[in-house]
Amino acid sequence: MTAPLLEVNDLKLHFPIMEGVLFQKQVGSIRAVDGISFHVNKGETLGLVGESGCGKSTAIRAISMLYPPTAGQVLFEGNEITHLSKMELLKIRKGMQIIFQDPYASLNPRMTVGNIISEPMEIYSKLGMLKMSKQEISSRVEMLLERMGLSRFYKNRFPHEFSGGQRQRIGIARSLALQPKIILADEPVSALDVSIQSQILNLMKELQGEFGLTYIFISHDLSVIEYISDRIAVMYLGKIVEIADADTLYRNPQHPYTKALLSAAPVPDPQIEKNRQRIILKGDVPSPDVERKGCYFCDRCPISSDRCFDNIPEIKATDPEHYVACFKCEDPS
Amino acid sequence: MKDETILRVKGLQTHFKTDDGIVQAVEDVSFELAEKETLGIVGESGSGKSVTNLSLMKLIPSPPGKIVGGEVLFEGEDLVHVPENQMRRIRGNKISMIFQDPMTCLNPFLRISTQMIEVFMLHQNMDKKRAHQESIEMLKLVGIPKPEKRVDDYPHQFSGGMRQRVMIAMALSCKPKILIADEPSTALDVTIQAQILELMKELSAKLNTAIIMITHDLGVVAGICDNVCVMYAGTIVEKAPTEELYKTPKHPYTQGLLNSIPKLGKRREDKLYSIEGQPPNLINLPDCCSFYPRCEFAMEICTKKMPEAIPVGEKREVKCWLYHEKKEVFRDSPVA
Repeated sequence: MTAPLLEVNDLKLHFPIMEGVLFQKQVGSIRAVDGISFHVNKGETLGLVGESGCGKSTAIRAISMLYPPTAGQVLFEGNEITHLSKMELLKIRKGMQIIFQDPYASLNPRMTVGNIISEPMEIYSKLGMLKMSKQEISSRVEMLLERMGLSRFYKNRFPHEFSGGQRQRIGIARSLALQPKIILADEPVSALDVSIQSQILNLMKELQGEFGLTYIFISHDLSVIEYISDRIAVMYLGKIVEIADADTLYRNPQHPYTKALLSAAPVPDPQIEKNRQRIILKGDVPSPDVERKGCYFCDRCPISSDRCFDNIPEIKATDPEHYVACFKCEDPS
Repeated sequence: MKDETILRVKGLQTHFKTDDGIVQAVEDVSFELAEKETLGIVGESGSGKSVTNLSLMKLIPSPPGKIVGGEVLFEGEDLVHVPENQMRRIRGNKISMIFQDPMTCLNPFLRISTQMIEVFMLHQNMDKKRAHQESIEMLKLVGIPKPEKRVDDYPHQFSGGMRQRVMIAMALSCKPKILIADEPSTALDVTIQAQILELMKELSAKLNTAIIMITHDLGVVAGICDNVCVMYAGTIVEKAPTEELYKTPKHPYTQGLLNSIPKLGKRREDKLYSIEGQPPNLINLPDCCSFYPRCEFAMEICTKKMPEAIPVGEKREVKCWLYHEKKEVFRDSPVA
């Protein structure tokens, strides 16, 4: 096996909570991402699923160094990138692009579509990291637009002239402009309607084959995640509780949270809905601003025992390629 | 039919005047709601689901909006022509509503108790003390722990799921006949959504409330609704009992919609089905089937005339030329 394209080791990102006006003092921290480790192989799609506030988006922002992480390592193509200087980081980011959730907020309303898509290429050619002439850039913009199923004459239009689905296509075109190796997609379809959502999902899958892309795909929608991912990581409160390949995770979930999540997802089939047993979790997701001694899920877990409240379970392989962070799964007693 | 119809909507039309023209947000919507029934209204954004239900409650901002036609029959009265002061006695009392966003529909300046007491004092002529007591009872009913204490909290002290519970408690406090739920679980996470839907199911059975459930999530509909109306571009294109709709969708739009959701538990095939194109602009819609530009089965007649609703099987209706008997006549007509 070749080395993974991206490797994340015990990545942490804590946001400080400050108090005081003149003499600011840190009184605590929001543990948005609290020690996650995973790897992504070339050409695969890693799905990252979890409820709001579990740290999915923060995780990919930490990976792309948009927020400097508090601790941990990120290895991109074998190179550690957390301590790079600004210029070195720019070089790395060329191979790492993000698609954002909200197609209405992520495109500058004052720029034409052509400018939006060509901007990354122009910045990099100014810095001398990309050798492309003006002509080449403009023909690449047209090529990208047409590949997205939009007309190349749209490049002189402004974002407000497009619908949500079309804007998301523009966002995808922009992320592909620099021919990245990995794309971090932060809920790219959750703001779209079902019929448009399937168009975008199909497009992203086609592009993956065509350009040899690797995706980290975030979603809170379990059926979307299952459709697009090869492997899936489930996050809860800043930790990854389970990683497995998509089939295994859906057929044989191990962690009690994964089980509850899967059983709570509504299925568009009344027959299944009628007959299945739901695991309904009690209570809400706790606040991530306290340091925890025990398992992060213990207070909502239906099968927790004393041990879970005092020790934090490590993420361990139960099967090869199936990692779970739960004491009960290691040893059911 | 043994169950009684409590709400009958006939040919409802709501238009909005804008600078660009008239937006036909709701165009000829008819449906019936039986006692204790849960009716789902599904559709994509902009299909007129919410406007339909705001029209029922007469909460359309006017101007620019106006109910231009149709009737809404509730307890023998046409709500479209009921004067405002009488409408206020129905709203919140006999028909109540839950909104999508639990973060914004509670007043952040007032305690939960203040907001709940209002409902009881206004509609049931209770004194303050009784109303307070009753509020605690309602909070207990929707499963808020320590309701005696929490009732005096402010909305920001509740989480999203808890706020939605408070909203449900307020909506049900007068034991309404009809509860209109406008995307009640969309802003919530899956595990919380499951809690809320379970609660709504339980309470509607307990209090004999009929529910109109507006949602874009076909999974939610499958779990909770008895009958479903599918809306597209301001009209109901298909109406059917839930199980039948999912088993044999008739309208091409419903078929496309059901096929384009990735299904849980089923191995992904190479490609998802997708309906090409975009929903139409609702300004000055031509008098033809609004789905035909995206429809695989579009015929000559579809571009000319809006189909009427045709019964297909028991309690089912479809608005599509494919099921019209007369379609043959039109099919043979020369293509222009």
